[in-house]
Amino acid sequence: MSSSLRRLRLRLRYWFHHRARQNQLHEEMEYHLANLTEEFMDNGMPENQARAAAHRKFGNLALTAEDSRVTWLSRWVSDALQDLRYTLRNLRRDAGFTTFAILIVGLGVGACATVFSIVNALLLRPLPFHEPSRLVWLANLASKPEQTAQVGHILGLRDKSRTLADLAGYFAYFGNGDVKLTGGGSEPERLTGVRVTQNFLPLLGVNPLLGRNFTVDEGRERIGRTKVVLLSFNLWKRRFNSDPAIVGSQLTLNETPMLVAGVLPETFDLGAVFLPGTRVDLYLPFPLTEETDRFGNTLAVVGRLKPGATVPAAQDELTSIAKELERLNPKRNDIQAQLTVLDQHVNGRLRPAVFVLVCAVGVVMLIVCANLSNLQLARTANRQREMAVRVALGAGRQRLLRQMLTESVLLSFAGGLLGLVLAVAGTRALSSLTTVSIPMLASVRVDPAALLFTLAVAIGTGILFGLMPALQIPTLAVHDTLKDSARGSTEGHRRSWARGTLAVSEIALACVLVVGAGLLIRSFLRVLDVDLGFRPEKTAALRIDPSRRYNTSTLRNNYYTDALHRVRSLTGIQGAGLTDVLPLGGDRSWGVGAKGQLYDRHHYHEAFVRIVSEGYFNAIGISLKAGRDFSERDDSKNPPVIVINETMARAMWPGRSAVGQTVQGAGNVDREVVGVVGDVHHLALEQASGNEMYLPIRQSGDYSAVDLVVRSTLPPAQFAGAVREALRPIEPELSTREFRPVQDLVDKSVSPRRFIVFLLSGFSAFALVLASLGIYGVISYSVSQRTQEIGIRMAIGASAGHVQRDIIFQTLRLAALGMIIGLIASWMLTRALTGLLFGVSTTDPLTYLAMLTVLTTVAAIAGYLPARRASRIDPMQALRTN
Amino acid sequence: MGNSKSDLLPGTLDMLVLKTLTRGHLHGYAIGQLIQQLSEDILQVEEGSLYPALQRLELNGWIEGEWGQSANNRRARFYKLTPDGRKKLSTETQRYHQVIGAIARVMGNA
Repeated sequence: MSSSLRRLRLRLRYWFHHRARQNQLHEEMEYHLANLTEEFMDNGMPENQARAAAHRKFGNLALTAEDSRVTWLSRWVSDALQDLRYTLRNLRRDAGFTTFAILIVGLGVGACATVFSIVNALLLRPLPFHEPSRLVWLANLASKPEQTAQVGHILGLRDKSRTLADLAGYFAYFGNGDVKLTGGGSEPERLTGVRVTQNFLPLLGVNPLLGRNFTVDEGRERIGRTKVVLLSFNLWKRRFNSDPAIVGSQLTLNETPMLVAGVLPETFDLGAVFLPGTRVDLYLPFPLTEETDRFGNTLAVVGRLKPGATVPAAQDELTSIAKELERLNPKRNDIQAQLTVLDQHVNGRLRPAVFVLVCAVGVVMLIVCANLSNLQLARTANRQREMAVRVALGAGRQRLLRQMLTESVLLSFAGGLLGLVLAVAGTRALSSLTTVSIPMLASVRVDPAALLFTLAVAIGTGILFGLMPALQIPTLAVHDTLKDSARGSTEGHRRSWARGTLAVSEIALACVLVVGAGLLIRSFLRVLDVDLGFRPEKTAALRIDPSRRYNTSTLRNNYYTDALHRVRSLTGIQGAGLTDVLPLGGDRSWGVGAKGQLYDRHHYHEAFVRIVSEGYFNAIGISLKAGRDFSERDDSKNPPVIVINETMARAMWPGRSAVGQTVQGAGNVDREVVGVVGDVHHLALEQASGNEMYLPIRQSGDYSAVDLVVRSTLPPAQFAGAVREALRPIEPELSTREFRPVQDLVDKSVSPRRFIVFLLSGFSAFALVLASLGIYGVISYSVSQRTQEIGIRMAIGASAGHVQRDIIFQTLRLAALGMIIGLIASWMLTRALTGLLFGVSTTDPLTYLAMLTVLTTVAAIAGYLPARRASRIDPMQALRTN
Repeated sequence: MGNSKSDLLPGTLDMLVLKTLTRGHLHGYAIGQLIQQLSEDILQVEEGSLYPALQRLELNGWIEGEWGQSANNRRARFYKLTPDGRKKLSTETQRYHQVIGAIARVMGNA
């Protein structure tokens, strides 16, 4: 023990005094050499021969010294430090290369780490619930497209199932800003509250941060009778400054005092998981009672499997229970339960898009490596002499290899640091995109896993791009080097081949990215080109739900009339109307039929319901195709009327005029069709609209929100104040901060697509730049190597134009090869994009043509610059210089 | 270079160096010479192996080097055996005899 301790002390001392030790060793060996020389001289050799013989016998002095030094401290460490010092000196001398290398590795690693963080948040990290693998999503396929279920379904399935531990749900038809918070000395504010079943939070395994969950009793009362509420962490922090005293106090919500029972933890965000892009502020109880059963299919359902139960087993069981339930309760809605693992339901839709991003970023990284490899090769070529000298001085091949790798790893490590900074900035920016409907986006951040990944990528990149140039060392045998750098010879074949291959693969990879991005951009443009059916520009919406004072339909109707008149009289306002659901905002549907026709209960026409006022079609920009708009006189005193869209008119009265016909099932009365309007994309831009029907607001009480839609020549910020002033006499507590441009709804609907397109375009632009630099590097280098050859050719009569053409041709040949490979690869790989495309096929000729044009142009420019330089070569000078 | 190194059994160079140093303080050149002489020119110590061996032995505390005046009046580094080195030599010698004896027995039977 003690001897090993002493040895360590000795080692350290040697290490600290290694310079002195080294001198000592040299002196000692010099002495040995002198003795050897004397010995040879004693044998009758002349002194100079004796000295040479002694040196020969002793062998490589430096190598022996190095071998001897090995014992001092691990050779590896001392070499590594030496390599590092040497590398730093080298890199400082080559500042341009260093900066460029760090920059592109940084951008590449930054992109990689950001995408990894997205993948990590969306796909790798489990959902922020207790044992999320046992959570399932229950979709009711009999209720399209919402897939919601009825209270009776939940109770029935839960009672009979032996594979499910529990079922819970939330009320899917809440509206953004449904809850108005007043009082407390601050400006009134519209909040979004979601009603959840009493067991919803316990099922997910979410415990309140403060206070308590709803009690079982609170989950049994009539709806609206229990006046308790849970706050989201964000609301608590933003509105109540994280004041713990808020628990147990009363808030005025929709003019009703409500008890704050608790605050939920920061990790729980119903919006982020189930309804991306929706901000949920409050949670209210949704009782499972006969009363709520009558609401119909209103619940989005999650379940928890019993330990050991599998999804297929549960699925089989639920299918049979559901059949039995339908048989026992023929009057209830149909139930066709489909189970998916919750994680799959939440993230499954995005999986293909994320997969594409991962591939794209991988390709970008490959291009970065190829590019750096190329640059490094060029530098190796310039450093041949240096390498040769080092070999002659006794540097082993491994040692040089390691030197090269140290350099590339150091570079990529520095790049990795830059990349990390970029990734942190990138993930910050992403997680703040609250309006993008991508689940779990707020939890995108650079966590330890991402840090580890970044480190691995950085080092991997260094090794990958350093390896190819390093492996070129064997060709650097001393002889060849001397021959190779002799006057008049051209670049070594092997190396030029390697450089050409790298450039070609860069172009091929860039091809794939450009085609992928091109297809997605074309799809995106197609989506934006979709005729929405309404005109979102210059339109804004504001919640103006009547307060409790307006407690009869007459009072409410007067309020609407008054509000609309006041707003329409303002300058700059071109139209105003009311609706309960904005486009792309909700999807309530009813089954209706044409009067005089018999339907069995499965064959009613399912139609989306919107409750609107006169002037709404004009304000939102929906075109009237036949008949008339509603008027103020379409109230309870006059015959019930309805407006339907063209799809519905065609479906119900094919080949006939719908105006004047009667619709049954839209409320309790028969309604006469007075107008037909154009179709609106109501679910998503990519989906056709389906049947839609509009009921006059004055003839229906069945709505839970009132949005005032205003069309104006002015931007919303300018007329918001005027509208508030105009409405103040009839509605004093109105917050006009919540004027939402209708364009925002469209933007939110296309946000995931825009997100992917944005990232992929960025990647492919980066790839294009790198690929063009790659070609430029290869051609430029080959021109500088061929200066003498070109000089000779010009001296014997080649014109400048000829030389230029020659080099551009050489460039295009490389580019063409790359593009052919790239085309084939794209052709095969873009299949992965099928699910993401809209209105464009994976073999869209225009995209491919555009890619070829762009890449050829880029290659031509990259080749033109060196070509011009070559054509300016002065033959005399070229031949004279070495 | 590689061939001559394998002329010595691995690990034996250390032992030989220690053994020669029992004769007194010697510098590197003299150690090499002495081994060559004592082996009647059969064992040639390569300088490429000798100096690393000396460094290794010194680092292990078995020999100690110090600068002194050589016969031809030049500064040379002389090595001497430490007590630890003596112990090491005796265990090495013992092991060596065991091995040689074992090999001899095997070869004799063949």
